[in-house]
Amino acid sequence: MPAVERGVVGALGVFLLTAGLRGGSAWQRLVLGGLGAGLTAVAVTGSSPVATAFKVRQNEDGDVLVGDAVTVGKPADELYAIWRDFAGLPRLMKHLKRVEVLDERRSRWTVQAPAGYAGGEVSWEAEMTADQPGRRIAWRSLPGAAVENSGEVLFRPAPGDRGTEVIVRLTYRPPGGSVGALVARIAGQEPSQQLRDDLMRFKREQELGFHPTTQGQSSGRAGSSGQNAGRGGQA
Amino acid sequence: MRAVLWQGTNHIGVETVPDPTLLLQSDVIVRVTSTAICGSDLHLLDGYIPSMEKGDILGHEFMGEIVEVGRDVSKVKVGDRVIMPFNLACGVCEPCQRGLFSACDNSNPNHRMAEALYGATSASGLFGYSHLFGGYAGGQAQFVRVPFADVSCFPIQSDLRDDQVLFLTDIFPTGYQAAENCGIQPGRDVVAVFGAGPVGQFAARSAQMLGAAHVIVIDRVPERLALAEAAGMQTINYEREDVLVALHEATGGRGPDHTIDAVGLEAHGHGPGALLDTAEQKLRLSFDRITALRWAILSCAKGGTVSMPGVYGGLVDKLPLGSAFGKGLTLKMGQTHTHRYVRPLLSRIEGGEIDPSFVITHRAPLSQAPDLYKTFRDKKDGCIKVVLDPWA
Repeated sequence: MPAVERGVVGALGVFLLTAGLRGGSAWQRLVLGGLGAGLTAVAVTGSSPVATAFKVRQNEDGDVLVGDAVTVGKPADELYAIWRDFAGLPRLMKHLKRVEVLDERRSRWTVQAPAGYAGGEVSWEAEMTADQPGRRIAWRSLPGAAVENSGEVLFRPAPGDRGTEVIVRLTYRPPGGSVGALVARIAGQEPSQQLRDDLMRFKREQELGFHPTTQGQSSGRAGSSGQNAGRGGQA
Repeated sequence: MRAVLWQGTNHIGVETVPDPTLLLQSDVIVRVTSTAICGSDLHLLDGYIPSMEKGDILGHEFMGEIVEVGRDVSKVKVGDRVIMPFNLACGVCEPCQRGLFSACDNSNPNHRMAEALYGATSASGLFGYSHLFGGYAGGQAQFVRVPFADVSCFPIQSDLRDDQVLFLTDIFPTGYQAAENCGIQPGRDVVAVFGAGPVGQFAARSAQMLGAAHVIVIDRVPERLALAEAAGMQTINYEREDVLVALHEATGGRGPDHTIDAVGLEAHGHGPGALLDTAEQKLRLSFDRITALRWAILSCAKGGTVSMPGVYGGLVDKLPLGSAFGKGLTLKMGQTHTHRYVRPLLSRIEGGEIDPSFVITHRAPLSQAPDLYKTFRDKKDGCIKVVLDPWA
């Protein structure tokens, strides 16, 4: 649990504990005091119950770990080549707006910022830390990134001629620690959900060449966007 | 066009909605000539399948004529008379290549929702069967958009009537797969089918076609039992007899070699187990009522198979797993890999081995769907199978 998060949780805990001890009904004192004591204990021990209860994976430094995998019916070399083309990554990873390749090792990544964030987008520079053709690509953000992060993608032949297992692991330090990660998840912007969607999109693009959809189909809901094609449907 | 809509639990409507359009170049649009209400649609009516939205177009048993094709469609063309399996399959992923079409990796755009409820990998898309299964508009309508058209559409060239081929979309393959899953030894094995609704009827007839020595059908609705008797099956009315005792006696104390649960999550049954199921389902403590499955497990002979074509949605309680373990049973279940069976079963129909129209009791225009959903559910008016004409 990062120091900042520990501090915030600790302060909140002490505040509630004090409020609980000061008065109010027995129930209020019990609830406030209990909550305050709990949060204070969390801050003192430094392990976040939010992280474990909601399965936010964290390492000892408080970085959030996100990983997922998908099996794609294509050879590893082909899939590696697609990922190795960093400028093309925004097609695979929806949250990426663009990636500019600066030189052999460095690139500049830009993502859509969360709502309310000034400027509308966040950029940082990253460097490639490993490049093993057909097997693995790894990268990390360079100092000065708004959200420190690193990641790797592994390509592993699936047993039984089933194509390639693509494994992605990301590490990042969310603003607000594990609580921030949880809030982001509830808001639907959490990287693990994003990653699952991205990997399924990648698989479907590779296997089908298109993405299955029901967007725009007809229904009995207002705003159903199917056209009245005038096929003589009885009105 | 006119379409049958889910408007909430116990509320089915028929309304005018926009005509479907091609959304992808691998789609076709089909003008629906016949469409049926499936027993599994009743789970939607009764609100037991999560993630339905008001205004969803229902229906997954339908056939018709192709009126528009996307650029990437190569195997079918405008004017083809086609039937479509109720489940959607891409045809290229590894499960599809192995013939496990209902396990298709790629056909469900809402994979994340399905994964959240069902675990690591997503279920395939289905026509008109909740957003968990893709949210695809169904075919109880005058027109329907059919995705993955080259894989989904099976042309019917013979002059068989709609009635005779319509059920290749679901209930005939579903009953057949249930019987096939038993691994029946011809001339030896006894098969018991729980539930004499449309799927049970087809499972029982399929067991006969696959050579079962004896087929026993269990239900409580007289006309359904009569339909099975007409095909030479033994029947048990579970409201008049103790099922387990009757099956024990009918099989010389061995139990049926294989049992088929063609009922699924809304089993009626009676006794304390059934009461507990109903209470738990009402309190949302359990999704499914499993009387039929309990009987299927408890009655089955040692080393036998419990085959489950009936639909289950979520979590069950008081499953006699110890019995299944103790007797070394094999449990087989799941959505039908319909695509596998369409052509072989069509040949059986063409060869005169079976005429699937035997289950039809009601034919009506689409506008009568709201009433007929309830007639079918409540087993009123001798209702076994409803076929709707969207243009009548």
